[in-house]
Amino acid sequence: MSASTIPDAAAPAGSQRLAPIKSLFSHARYIVGDNPVTGLSFGLFMLFLVCALIGPYLVPHDPLASDTMAALQRPSLRHLFGTDQLGRDIFSRVIVATRLDMTIAISSVALVFVLGGLAGIAAGFYGGWTDRIVGRIGDTIMAFPLFVLAMGIVAALGNTVTNIVIATAIINFPLYARLARAEANVRREAGFVQAARLTGNSDARILLTQIMPNILPIMMVQMSLTMGYAILNAAGLSFIGLGVRPPTPEWGIMVAEGSAFIVSGEWWIALFPGLTLMLAVFCFNLLGDGLRDIVDPLRRT
Amino acid sequence: MVAIPLLDISDLTVEFGTRRGIVRAVEKVDFTVAKGETVGIVGESGSGKSVTSYAVMRILDRAGRIADGSITFSGIDIRSADEAYMRDLRGREISMIFQNPRAALNPIRKVGRQLEDVLLRHVQAVPSNAKEKAIDLLNQVRISRPEERYHAYPFELSGGMCQRIVFALALACRPQLLIADEPTTGLDATTQKAVMDLVVELTRARGMSTILITHDLGLAAAYCDKVIVMERGKVVETAPSGSIFKDPQHPYTRKLMRATPRPGITLRDLLPATDEEPPASSVVVMDGKPLLSVRDLVKEYPRQGAGATLASLFGKKAADAAPFRAVGGISFDVMRGESVGLVGESGCGKSTTSMMIMRLLDPTSGSIQFNGVDIGGLAAKSFAAHPMRPKIQMVFQDPTDSLNPRYTAARAISDPILRMGGGQSAAQVRARCEELARLVGLPGDLLDRFPHQLSGGQKARVGIARAIALDPDLVVLDEPTAALDVSVQAIVLNLLQELKERLSMSYLFVSHDLHVVHLLCDRVIVMRNGAIVEQGSADRVLSHPEHEYTRELLAAVPTPPV
Repeated sequence: MSASTIPDAAAPAGSQRLAPIKSLFSHARYIVGDNPVTGLSFGLFMLFLVCALIGPYLVPHDPLASDTMAALQRPSLRHLFGTDQLGRDIFSRVIVATRLDMTIAISSVALVFVLGGLAGIAAGFYGGWTDRIVGRIGDTIMAFPLFVLAMGIVAALGNTVTNIVIATAIINFPLYARLARAEANVRREAGFVQAARLTGNSDARILLTQIMPNILPIMMVQMSLTMGYAILNAAGLSFIGLGVRPPTPEWGIMVAEGSAFIVSGEWWIALFPGLTLMLAVFCFNLLGDGLRDIVDPLRRT
Repeated sequence: MVAIPLLDISDLTVEFGTRRGIVRAVEKVDFTVAKGETVGIVGESGSGKSVTSYAVMRILDRAGRIADGSITFSGIDIRSADEAYMRDLRGREISMIFQNPRAALNPIRKVGRQLEDVLLRHVQAVPSNAKEKAIDLLNQVRISRPEERYHAYPFELSGGMCQRIVFALALACRPQLLIADEPTTGLDATTQKAVMDLVVELTRARGMSTILITHDLGLAAAYCDKVIVMERGKVVETAPSGSIFKDPQHPYTRKLMRATPRPGITLRDLLPATDEEPPASSVVVMDGKPLLSVRDLVKEYPRQGAGATLASLFGKKAADAAPFRAVGGISFDVMRGESVGLVGESGCGKSTTSMMIMRLLDPTSGSIQFNGVDIGGLAAKSFAAHPMRPKIQMVFQDPTDSLNPRYTAARAISDPILRMGGGQSAAQVRARCEELARLVGLPGDLLDRFPHQLSGGQKARVGIARAIALDPDLVVLDEPTAALDVSVQAIVLNLLQELKERLSMSYLFVSHDLHVVHLLCDRVIVMRNGAIVEQGSADRVLSHPEHEYTRELLAAVPTPPV
């Protein structure tokens, strides 16, 4: 075996592997062109992503440095979003907070996607006791006011970011489990599942290789929708003083801090983090539908 | 003086705006429908026959538009009529019935109420006499016990009965033109005959005109005055139904006719005539021992009822209601190299039987001997890992439903090889895949496509390639061509026959179409209500049926006037 044969063999394989990616891009372009709102949400998502990844290196001021001389300044060119009661630059704090809020949202959604998705698919596919147990767990969670439940979980487990992630995942569990259950249940008797049984697939393999890929597009939409909800939930918990603690920049805390100053006319302290929060939730909600169009092969005609 | 036709379509062109530019679905279509005339539009999928009728009703999709031509309905220009006027026209003057009767009915409203809604909407009745008129309509479409059925919900009625209700809805306002879009596809042959007889009789009695859209040339010729054959958006032939079978003019009509299964022909006759000699069919080796031997096979389902569910909730045995017998103790053999047809109408238990033989369903009692081994006693759950698994395979009814939409053709075909073929390298699997694709006549460059990028016939080939990947001894064919056009069906049936001879497999062919079974099978088993009513050699059963039910089935197949 000579080394020179490797690139030769790799070249066609590489171009073959690139082809689907290329078609995915052209498909994405078509979807965006077809629906400008999706394009807008993708743009926003990219912006948030950049802020989360390299935000701390971009900001003009240190988000934690207080400067009492410049406290409570209105938005200006020097401080785009103004300064808070300790003279910290709100613009910088809003940008830096993106990473923390996104991390909480993404990890909680990823966690519930795996747990709720698997539990739901198993419940829908096997039925019987699996279904009953998963269903009743979901019902029990749904029986509580969800935000209060999240508060309770964080209070019980301890006031940390990890526990916010866990709490957010738990309160979203029924949504994922029920969706996955319904979708798996519909496909349980589909022809291709029967065919997979005939070709010697075990139940577990059918679940993972045949049913799961078909449910992914719908779960994607659900992920994107709950992502906005997760951000809101994390911010809400910090707003009431759970989870993230000051002076860490976080949208919920910033709104909470700013809320005391609204009556005295310093509106910018609460407004800008609040607006960013709203924009993030808005972006993820729109993104859901766009994502579905891209990952669903049936739409690719 | 020439009578003015009821419907006059001239130079009709319909275009659809798609991602890849404008597609012409219908191009320069010309035809007329006279008053009281029944016109059949025949064509395969994609021929534009449905789109033409949608254009008449002006119910095209958002992407579609009438690009050129004119549609005149009793002196009214449909193309330029305003939407409010069209709403009034639809239902009152022109009615339409669709393929799936259940989808056309509101599932949560009593059928009688739905009839009343239409009567009231088009001022054919006032609230005080609506019920009476609705029951009268049910009577007219031959629904027995109409007073009782007035209160039925669609799910409580059979498919044929639902289609009759849809028909009653269409007739409610005494329209002048009825458009029936594949009204009997998916119905059993005997039900199809009953529904079609009713349509023809009632439209005659009322002096209505009918457009029957169908893929079945035999059906159109048997029930229509005039037949229009369409191919790829164009009308290729228009002829009175009496002469179209005797003297077809266009090559496409001839091709369609050849491909339609009928008595007294061989499989080879379905394909377009070629000069090459048909391959001499090899002598089938049949040794004395049967490959598959089914004895006293029974499948029972417990009756579902509120009481039973409640009882099972408390861990008690269900009430003593007699269980429903889907299959009631049937016995038959399939020899090595033989193909056996299992025929019957929906609900006769033929699919349940095939599922039990496939070991996807556990029988209640009875034995299934395969190659001398009793596989009936093994649980369906654990059979996936059994060494017999690769030897019994199946081709499914719906080629679309039986392929995972997220797997490429190659991935679908290689699935059995990966699971049960014993660790082969990726290159070996791919090579086998390509070999199988060649065997079933699937172009190699289609292997990397997803199911939705393949045509119906190509998907059927993928399904067949998957089934034969591991050289099975027995293949159960569950109506493998029911979802295909006749010309594709002809090719697939020939392919199956050729594969059987080449790979020396046995077939158990499950179907409701007696003529198709005759073409492919050596022996036929006729089932009804879970029991076998007749079995014997295909030639004997189809030419000299002994049982009344077999005769009834044979008579229901539409025969064109000759």
